[in-house]
Amino acid sequence: MNEEKFALSILVANESGVLTRVSGLFGRRGYNIDSLSVGETEDPALSRITVVSRGDKPTQDQIIKQLQKLVDVKSVTLLDWNNTVFRELMLVKVNAEMATRAQIHQIAEVFRAKVVDLSTSAMTLEITGENPKLDAFVSNLVPYGILELCRTGMTALSRHANTNKTYESEEELKWQ
Amino acid sequence: MQLTGAQILIQVLIEQGADTVFGYPGGSVLTIYDELYKARNEIFHCTTCHEQGAAHAADGYARVSGKPGVVIATSGPGATNLVTGIANAYLDSVPMVAITGNVSRALIGRDSFQEVDITGITMPITKHNYMVKDVSKLADIIRAAFHLAISGRPGPVSIDIPKDIQTAVTEFVPGVKIEKSNGLDASEASLARALKLISQSERPCIYAGGGVVISDAAEELLSFAEILDCPIGVSMMGLTAVPHDNPRFLGMTGMHGRYAAGKVLSMSDLIIAVGTRFSDRATGNKQAYQLGHKVLHIDIDAAEIGKNIVADEHLAGDVKHVLRQLMTLGVKRRPSDWFTQVQKVQAMPDNHLQMPKDTLNPQTAIEAVNVRLSPGDVIATDVGQHQLWTAQYYRFRRPRTLVTSGGLGTMGYGMGAAIGACMARDKKRTVLFTSDGSFHMNLNEMATAVSCGLPLTVVVLNNNALGMVRQWQTLFYAGRYSHTSLDRRTDFAALADAFGAKGFYADDLNNLNLALDEALRLDTPTLINVCIGCDEKVLPMIPAGGTIDDIILKG
Repeated sequence: MNEEKFALSILVANESGVLTRVSGLFGRRGYNIDSLSVGETEDPALSRITVVSRGDKPTQDQIIKQLQKLVDVKSVTLLDWNNTVFRELMLVKVNAEMATRAQIHQIAEVFRAKVVDLSTSAMTLEITGENPKLDAFVSNLVPYGILELCRTGMTALSRHANTNKTYESEEELKWQ
Repeated sequence: MQLTGAQILIQVLIEQGADTVFGYPGGSVLTIYDELYKARNEIFHCTTCHEQGAAHAADGYARVSGKPGVVIATSGPGATNLVTGIANAYLDSVPMVAITGNVSRALIGRDSFQEVDITGITMPITKHNYMVKDVSKLADIIRAAFHLAISGRPGPVSIDIPKDIQTAVTEFVPGVKIEKSNGLDASEASLARALKLISQSERPCIYAGGGVVISDAAEELLSFAEILDCPIGVSMMGLTAVPHDNPRFLGMTGMHGRYAAGKVLSMSDLIIAVGTRFSDRATGNKQAYQLGHKVLHIDIDAAEIGKNIVADEHLAGDVKHVLRQLMTLGVKRRPSDWFTQVQKVQAMPDNHLQMPKDTLNPQTAIEAVNVRLSPGDVIATDVGQHQLWTAQYYRFRRPRTLVTSGGLGTMGYGMGAAIGACMARDKKRTVLFTSDGSFHMNLNEMATAVSCGLPLTVVVLNNNALGMVRQWQTLFYAGRYSHTSLDRRTDFAALADAFGAKGFYADDLNNLNLALDEALRLDTPTLINVCIGCDEKVLPMIPAGGTIDDIILKG
């Protein structure tokens, strides 16, 4: 089994229950979800779901084809790591006493993170980037004591003028 | 014209040609049933004893007629009782529209009386499902449901209609009957690759599944086999795709398949799989199944290609259309004496297992029915040994004459399915093969058959045991018959009489023949309790995950 990480960009109808249909399909067929993010697109009728998963080539193929069978799924794109902009947003609340505050600031500067909240003993930082950058940022903050952390999951768009609609669902499901 | 939601439902059902529906009334569908009452001259509603029976009836109706089966149930328990029937239709790709009522929108999400999230429950077992939240969208949702149910790979679609939507009024614009769309079309490049693959083969074997029956491609399949001068093995769902008296017919493949079907597939250099999903029951050991030959996979559902078996080439499209395309393009294989080799295998004694001809046993019982029915008569089955014996011994001659639960393996499927099948053919002769185990599950529907006055003959192969599980316990669990020896005293013949049907009892071949002669003459429901031994086995058998070399031929 040549398991590899892959990312899918899924355009779906912006209707209630769609996320359940997509995540339920992953669950019942035994596919992993490493991360998932979802939000409305420029067209309010459509949402984009970005899923990062793992599996060999036949599994990837199955996931794409099974997703394409869902009526609410408009298109599924297997993202090309080399030709896609990937981003994730993270908020980290870290211990920041007077003595360590400057050091944390310095780390934040290196990683181009922003301070978005500050109290007498803690600091909240916002950072965006690709996964390895976020992971590196976290490991730098661990020694100070991370109080809380949350990540949005990866979201992505292909580079240049490509529109991520290349794997259009082959079946025309509208009754007209 | 201004109509209520319930009126719109009836109008669209009529518009879509649903002249027969199955169901069970209840609190959340009262308004719909009020409209069904008014439309009773346009739509015949068959009231079953249990919603499960109604769902299976809609399923049986769809398999025989090719039209989507429609089932209606109330909210809560009515809806959950449909679940097995919907799952059964999903696994066997049966077009079905399941309509449920629900509590009013204002009560949804409050655990109201008889409220259940049936949309959530049926999500994994429907092609798609709808909860109607706006009456102005109702008509188009129902039309979309019909279209989805029959298009591409068919399947069930459910629509949940809250009670206040049924009474809400909106403008209704009449529509027309929707035709199915086949969706995928095999590309020219893939057709060329498939032709090349076939042209390099000298020992091709067709393996046909339910997709051939669904797409009405039986004729094309036979012509295709003639051109390639090759044999055809079938899955259980594909049993009626080929007339069983045709010399190209090898029989069913797989766990309880015929010796020649398994053997010839293993000898072939190319398997041409048509309208099938390579179920584990049909392939056995998947690695071994792939050895020694290439695979060309033709199916309308692109997701089936490469799911269970790796295909060397594939054609994603409607099988009838694809077979025609291949023939138009001049499909041919390398010349060889392949079919002579096939006939030698077919003539081998291992391919002709017989039970004794002069005693009452599963084979002679099925044969007694076989000789009395016409080629177009429909056979329904329940699930278990009797189902496999029917698959092995009954000689099907026309497509859509077998109604059986293949994928889900639903015991209790038969009674409802037989009722639906019988109605699909305008109440023509239908025979259900069942067993004491399966029949006990949903025998209540005998009452439905009586109410509807159906010429349905129920043949109970009664071994007073759960025979299929018992067979596994004999073979693989050292004869520890855990909970499969049934100490039941049900007198099925008397029970049939009590339902208002006519019951018969047969404990030898002679009284079975007499009972069948009389039962099949009557235009009303009949039942024959046929006594068979509890140690009769379904043979041959290839144990789960095995190959043709592991075949068990003798008990």
